[in-house]
Amino acid sequence: MTNLEKYVNAFSQALEIPAEEAPHMVYGKSERWDSVGHMTLIAALEDAFDIMVDMDDIIDLSSFEKGKEILRKYDVDI
Amino acid sequence: MTDVDTLAALPAYEWDRARKRAFLLDELGALTRRHRRDCPEYGRILDALGFEEAASLEELPFIPVRLFKEYALKSVPEDALHRTMTSSGTTGQQVSRIFLDRETSTLQSKVLSRIVGEFIGKHRLPMLVLDTSAVVKNRAMFSARGAGILGFSMFGRDVFYALDEEMRLDVDGLTAFLERHRGEELLLFGFTFMIWQHVLGQLRQTGFRPDLSRGTLIHGGGWKKLADQHISSERFRSECRELCHLERVHNYYGMVEQTGAIYMECECGHLHAPVWADVIIRRAEDFGVAPAGESGLVEAVSVLARSYPGHVLLTEDEGRILGEDDCPCGRRGKYFEILGRVKRAEVRGCSDTYEAK
Repeated sequence: MTNLEKYVNAFSQALEIPAEEAPHMVYGKSERWDSVGHMTLIAALEDAFDIMVDMDDIIDLSSFEKGKEILRKYDVDI
Repeated sequence: MTDVDTLAALPAYEWDRARKRAFLLDELGALTRRHRRDCPEYGRILDALGFEEAASLEELPFIPVRLFKEYALKSVPEDALHRTMTSSGTTGQQVSRIFLDRETSTLQSKVLSRIVGEFIGKHRLPMLVLDTSAVVKNRAMFSARGAGILGFSMFGRDVFYALDEEMRLDVDGLTAFLERHRGEELLLFGFTFMIWQHVLGQLRQTGFRPDLSRGTLIHGGGWKKLADQHISSERFRSECRELCHLERVHNYYGMVEQTGAIYMECECGHLHAPVWADVIIRRAEDFGVAPAGESGLVEAVSVLARSYPGHVLLTEDEGRILGEDDCPCGRRGKYFEILGRVKRAEVRGCSDTYEAK
């Protein structure tokens, strides 16, 4: 699996949405990505890329696109 | 008004009285003007009071916290709303509704992480939630309790819930969790009453004595139920120590109307106001400012209330200032204690004073 596939999978599974909806996801704009979904998503991303996300980045990860930018800090290129 | 990144980066407990008061007056004065302009109901209250400018923190107009139960008070347009928080509220009570835009919500999270970081460090720790996962599983039942747990979950990893859906202590799961994280620092979080009733209660009955000596417990939600049973903070701490070797126990005081800027209890057992917030004690008879040592109604201020006019609130709690800038723990700012909840009738009286219609 490519990193992009893993990334989309994490969104899709954590937020229980079809993969094609993942790129449009923004925190708080969907019922699925609420504060419950958020912590599930963080856990899924940490598992998928074997990383541990800092508190500040958890707070800042507010969209599909923003997440890519944040993961770059952890040497994950998507 | 200070931009949110600068606000979130302020030192939590370093500024002395003069510096903090100047900052708060500036920031809260600006918030008062913004909310007056952008929240019509709040504007009418200030007009009715004939408020113009405050020369000191104590002169800023306070509104009773219960107004958030009666009115939808917000200073941002509908389409800027990010989420709405509601208070727990017991049966028959109306709940508070607090309207957050993205900026306010993010600022709250960042400040909460700064405050908690002062007590547990910057790294996320394996986390034991002293509650049941049922409170966060069912989104329809999602409560202030669930929101509190999730808010704190960002400080944790490998989050484990100590109670099962029937509120029974998961002894096997807890043992495995402690085994997995042997020798590591742990974060424990829960609500005071649930911990007393369901966790300490079951430990007392069963004789199971888990070793939580590497844990730091942060707990909140109020002492009301425990005070009714005459359980003191000292008794709570001593049971934590005796039943599970837990020494580092920090209560916090906070309210959904001012999420983020919580008042943490230090090693000396005092609640501390961080740089973003403060408390003023007022006499119930005339709302005059009570000096340190005298008990009265707690007025709580927070510079984080940017999308709703909740920056200066008169709570229904009774408290007492213990000192300022000189706590033996080394943190600056006011430190205080909460004595309980005032009687309903008295508070209704002050709320009626501000009836806008």
